[in-house]
Amino acid sequence: MTNSISEILFEVRDAAKAFGAVQALRGVDFQITRGECIGLVGHNGAGKSTLMNVLSGTLTPDRGELHFAGRAGRSDWGVREAQRLGVRSVYQELSLCANLSLAENMRIAQPQLKGWNWRVNAGSQLEASLDRIFPGHGLRADQVVADLSIGKRQLVEIARAFTPGAQPLELMILDEPTSSLDSHAAGQLLAYIREFVAHGKSCILISHKLREIFNVADRVVVMRDGQVVESVRTDQTSRDRLVAAMGQDEQATGFAGEASPTAGPQNAPLVVKVSSPTRTRMEMNAGAGEVIGLAGLAGHGQTGLLLRLQAASTGAAESAVWVGGATSFVAGDRQTDGVFGLWSIARNMSVGCLSQFQRGLLIDLKKERDRAEQWRQRLGLVTPDLDLPIFSLSGGNQQKVLFARALGSTAPIILMDDPMRGVDVGTKHDVYALIADEARRGRTFIWYTTEFDELFHCDRVYVFNNGEVVGELSRAELNEERVLNMSFEEIAA
Amino acid sequence: MSPVLAKRGVHMLHTLLPAMALTLLLGAVFWRQPRAMSYFGINLLLDLAIPLMFATLAQMMILAVSDLDLSIGPFVSLVASIGATLLPTRPALATLALAAAVAAYALAGAVIESRRLPSIVVTLGLSFVWLGCAVLLLPTPGGLAPGWLSSAMAYRTPWLPMPIWMALVAAVLGHALITRSAFGTLVRGLGGNPAAVARVGWSLVRVRAGVYALAGVFGVIAGLMLVGQTTSADPNIASRYTLVSIAAVILGGGKFVGGYVSPVGAVIGALTMTLAASFLTFLDIAPDWQVGMQGLILIVVLGLRAAIDRLERIA
Repeated sequence: MTNSISEILFEVRDAAKAFGAVQALRGVDFQITRGECIGLVGHNGAGKSTLMNVLSGTLTPDRGELHFAGRAGRSDWGVREAQRLGVRSVYQELSLCANLSLAENMRIAQPQLKGWNWRVNAGSQLEASLDRIFPGHGLRADQVVADLSIGKRQLVEIARAFTPGAQPLELMILDEPTSSLDSHAAGQLLAYIREFVAHGKSCILISHKLREIFNVADRVVVMRDGQVVESVRTDQTSRDRLVAAMGQDEQATGFAGEASPTAGPQNAPLVVKVSSPTRTRMEMNAGAGEVIGLAGLAGHGQTGLLLRLQAASTGAAESAVWVGGATSFVAGDRQTDGVFGLWSIARNMSVGCLSQFQRGLLIDLKKERDRAEQWRQRLGLVTPDLDLPIFSLSGGNQQKVLFARALGSTAPIILMDDPMRGVDVGTKHDVYALIADEARRGRTFIWYTTEFDELFHCDRVYVFNNGEVVGELSRAELNEERVLNMSFEEIAA
Repeated sequence: MSPVLAKRGVHMLHTLLPAMALTLLLGAVFWRQPRAMSYFGINLLLDLAIPLMFATLAQMMILAVSDLDLSIGPFVSLVASIGATLLPTRPALATLALAAAVAAYALAGAVIESRRLPSIVVTLGLSFVWLGCAVLLLPTPGGLAPGWLSSAMAYRTPWLPMPIWMALVAAVLGHALITRSAFGTLVRGLGGNPAAVARVGWSLVRVRAGVYALAGVFGVIAGLMLVGQTTSADPNIASRYTLVSIAAVILGGGKFVGGYVSPVGAVIGALTMTLAASFLTFLDIAPDWQVGMQGLILIVVLGLRAAIDRLERIA
């Protein structure tokens, strides 16, 4: 691959795309060469996903030119054409059919698997990819996707995209691939991407985790407001420069160590108490005004605990769990658990606490609207009108709405199920501040997160392993190695 | 019992539930009337299930893509009417008419996908079209099915009575087509997550049109078999098939959304619904209660399934 290194694989010139009044791309120039891994960063709503959809053919730009290595025509760039030439994508929202098995999902993506035993072939090919990228994944081709956790589904989707087939594979576009992966699987994926590009293939990695970008990408492209504002070799830039280019002031990111201390009161009245089911494991508790982090590898019982807490607060009796007050839930998987897709932004906010707006049997529309307006300002929601449907918002802004829904209730305990998945740095900063603020007023937060840096916003952290709490750390004691040690030790034992 | 084994056991129970319901009902019939346990007895009991099975397969195709077909009953009636009027006298024209009807089904599927219309509305509209055509062809009940068709349906099959053979054929055919084949996988994928299917480059319009066309073919088979059995037709002969076929698919383990269907279960469901109706005659209960009995069985089986689902979550 000596001379292929500098050969341009895919070039986009002056691409523009508008959705109604929103200009998602305003004349983007972008190119990627063979054997290159590009990290694509920017706020939510900066146009990254739109650009990705243009490259993979699912969206047709309003104007602009697309040149794929050696391909003459510029018309008819669509999904089929892109796939024929070797462009594949892993999308942020999962693109598997939940009712089908892994092998059947493989067949849908790769129609060339024919013959009476296509099922076996598809299954073994997918398993081979999984083994190669995520050794120790523990998945079988005959499992049905619906039975898998969201993290495992992501493994399947990534492995499926990387499986060679009848069509070539030249360019892989990954949109927030690690957002539902634990750090172990994320590490495996990043290592594999390096191997992939070392074979002369190209990769575009969209991620909010700058650490990943610096680990993997050769070049970073920064987008802002639908434009590419910077394109620079990774070794010639720094984290601070990138953040500045994204249009974000530096301390906005909440990096390790500089989180705002909420100083949860030490002897606050207890509001949550979970006794251990077995004597070997520890129990956990939370006081009023505390921010409690739930750490550990993804899918090790953190979400399950949150659901048990919620059930306990609504009266489902379980002796091991005691919750002293109402709870409100912020979902992480917002498409399935969070938003009401056909409703307006304002109604999506108010549905969590409709009784507050009730007047007789009806809803006081003015009061509802005023409250929504308050939250719009407090959260800095980017929208021209709160009556627009929720899907007119970018992912990060949708998540803000879910926060408004939970915090707008009177519940003293807020349960958060990895709510920052795929949310941009700016939104995160806003929400961290909001959480600290609300905690000072006496609200308790139980916060499951897959992003290690977020744990620094918590007063105390419980580490999960195999469905059990295996360790407790105060903020002073917290460091990544400790958490990883606790997350892995029982598995090794 | 280990948790994995327990889970598998509960899952098995889930799969076997339709078959258990049928066995139980059949057992009750044989207990009341031991003479029914014969070649002729079973023929008599389950004859009416033969067209219903194929109408159920048609409905299942539509449910597999998370749609609902409210026109299958009138469609089967129309086919039966064509079979009793045009088919004996002008076979070429009849074939053309049936082909056109299947094409109309495919077109409906394409329109539903490309215009993003709700299938319930489109098929409800179509049901009146089918009914209208049937009334035009056959203003009063009557007509005569071609002799070859009537004698084919009256054929004495070796070893097992015809309804059993037909059930086996329908189940194997449906299973191969929907559960095992690559096309069936695509169809269920469309029911499960259409966006995922579109993203890997499939034309959803074509797939959905194909699904509806297949449903039309099954509807034609059902209609011809029905008219072969009855030898004459009327424009409302199969109107109750619409709801009974939906019930049979659901009874057999299918779901309204998400692309979950079971062809074997659907065929068993069709048999159960038929048996539920004729069962009452054996208990000397007025046939007025037939529909109520079908409903009762549906409620019991769905209730049991909900209970099993709960067990599955715990296990």
